[in-house]
Amino acid sequence: MKTTPSIMAGIGLKIPAIFFSVALTFLGLLFITFFIGRVVPIDPVLAAVGDRATPEVYERMRIELGLHLPLYQQFWIYLLKVFQGDFGMSVLTANPVLKDIQRVFPATLELATVATAIGVLVGIPFGIIGAVFRGRWPDHILRVVSLFGYSVPVFWLGLVGLLIFYGRLDIAPGPGRIEVFYEGMVDPVTGLLVVDALLAGEWDICKNALAHLVLPASILGYFSTAYISRMTRSFMLDQLEQEYITTARVKGIAEWRVICIHALGNVRIPLITVVALSYASLLEGSVLTETVFAWPGLGMYLTQSLLSADMNAVLGATIVVGGVFIGVNLLSDLLYKIFDPRARM
Amino acid sequence: MEPLLTVENLQVSFTSHHRTVDAVRGLSFTMGREKLGIVGESGSGKSVTARAILGLVGSPGKVEAEKLVFDGQDLLAADPATWRSIRGRRIAMVMQDPKFSLNPVMKVGAQIVEACRAHSKMSRTQAREEALAMLRAVQIRNAERVFHLYPHQVSGGMGQRIMIAMMLITSPDLLIADEPTSALDVTVQLQLLAIMDDLVSQQGMGLIFISHDLHLVASFCDRVIIMYGGQVMEVCDAAELQNAGHPYTQGLLSCMPSIDRKQQVLPVLQRQEAWLNKM
Ligand SMILES: Nc1ncnc2c1ncn2[C@@H]1O[C@H](COP(=O)(O)OP(=O)(O)OP(=O)(O)O)[C@@H](O)[C@H]1O
Ligand SMILES: [Mg+2]
Repeated sequence: MKTTPSIMAGIGLKIPAIFFSVALTFLGLLFITFFIGRVVPIDPVLAAVGDRATPEVYERMRIELGLHLPLYQQFWIYLLKVFQGDFGMSVLTANPVLKDIQRVFPATLELATVATAIGVLVGIPFGIIGAVFRGRWPDHILRVVSLFGYSVPVFWLGLVGLLIFYGRLDIAPGPGRIEVFYEGMVDPVTGLLVVDALLAGEWDICKNALAHLVLPASILGYFSTAYISRMTRSFMLDQLEQEYITTARVKGIAEWRVICIHALGNVRIPLITVVALSYASLLEGSVLTETVFAWPGLGMYLTQSLLSADMNAVLGATIVVGGVFIGVNLLSDLLYKIFDPRARM
Repeated sequence: MEPLLTVENLQVSFTSHHRTVDAVRGLSFTMGREKLGIVGESGSGKSVTARAILGLVGSPGKVEAEKLVFDGQDLLAADPATWRSIRGRRIAMVMQDPKFSLNPVMKVGAQIVEACRAHSKMSRTQAREEALAMLRAVQIRNAERVFHLYPHQVSGGMGQRIMIAMMLITSPDLLIADEPTSALDVTVQLQLLAIMDDLVSQQGMGLIFISHDLHLVASFCDRVIIMYGGQVMEVCDAAELQNAGHPYTQGLLSCMPSIDRKQQVLPVLQRQEAWLNKM
């Protein structure tokens, strides 16, 4: 794009402001997680020493954990630790929480990214077709298809998908991220199995990981397709009513140009928010899909930690989810500035 | 003289929720390469007529006519490809408000170039040169700078000049101007009309000028059609407007404030159902 340098310059001027607002949001997030950690009726000392410890052991642990200090000092220590990537130990896995997250988050990232890509690549064309053929049969068919995507529970779809494609037809691999005998064969660099396998030049492993992705990503992608196509359709109908569309038609240009260049050029601006929201919500990890497909992602980790009251893990995962939201927001702000000249002031 | 545009018994209706609105009811007129004004109050069907001539009445609108012929070409039978060769190339339209009629996310230069290249196999650079020349023709001084602006960065008057440049760049045979100046302030209005008048006369094209303003139309056009309720009330020469016979035209005239006429209260426009031909 020819305008990129000027955009970058425009944004460059605001880097301090952006940094400030991100830092503030993140601080707020940490503040909240810290207080959740204090408010929940789970005694972190008891969790660490077990309920048969003597009062002396208990007291020693309390001091070791810094819980005898005033709250503001505790918060300060908490901040320093978080910035060093120290979220404490997980009781459930006996690993540092950071290490756990480094393992589970890429699994979710992989799934969410492919699902969102499907949602964008299929949902936007569907939405455009629905708007262009409004009220005619292509529109009706697409509406039924996406209504189905909205109303069917995801675990049911996952189970049925596994039953048909894995159980009956045997064209899809079973649950999990990869075949058992490939497990641990590539060094985790990014944590994304497909990418790591590619980096290691292990073509077979990459193919296997991709094959495992197809079914769960399609099912999640179906949901985001339903959502994105519905929103695209309504934004598109809105734009097609505008005067500038009449102008474009008066000029005698081809109808596909009117739709794909003039209308879509405007529709993509509100679509940024839609796609960003749907991506961010997938990045939280979808517990049901991850459970059905035995996908060791963030959603499953967060749920298991919650169920076993593993506070360090819960708070660590919450911070990651919050950080992801902040990041996706930042990205969508940037895209706004690129796509909408009016936002570039 | 072969007429440029013949409209005979044009009917446009909109049906929604089992209710039908007849926006245009049996409108007929013929025009050559002249300046034809269409005047009428809001809702009298002026814009709908303009869109019907361009084949741009979208659903739920329904267009019927006995004859809709442009330069020997039957518009009623035109297929999409024919329409594309007519729109922009032979008939163009300037709309009311440049704030809404220019694409907000596309540079104005690119929008003009697009109009130009839609109808001729011109290289990008050639089209760019043409567009710049056209911007100068509508008296935009620093055309190069304006070329790279987005619509929100130009004033209303500038926007409408851009619109005119975009619509005249293909030298159409007929320009429809649908209240091209009502979104602008008075001083800019006259400048803009002068520019448009100049170009239209230079290129010898026909012009349909739609407006509320009877005096403006009278000073600017050769003939005036007075519309009311989707029908033609009267057609008269612009010069003869003061002597117009129809009570509706008289009513419109006397509703206009004037400096000479020291009248404190303007009369309310009288309308009568009886003027409309029942169908
Ligand atoms: N898309 C549409 N659907 C339904 N009715 C419509 C539609 N477009 C126009 N109409 C109706 O057609 C009638 C004529 O409208 P039109 O826009 O031609 O008026 P106009 O003379 O241009 O008025 P104005 O001076 O306010 O621009 C109005 O009653 C309007 O409600
Ligand atoms: Mg109008």
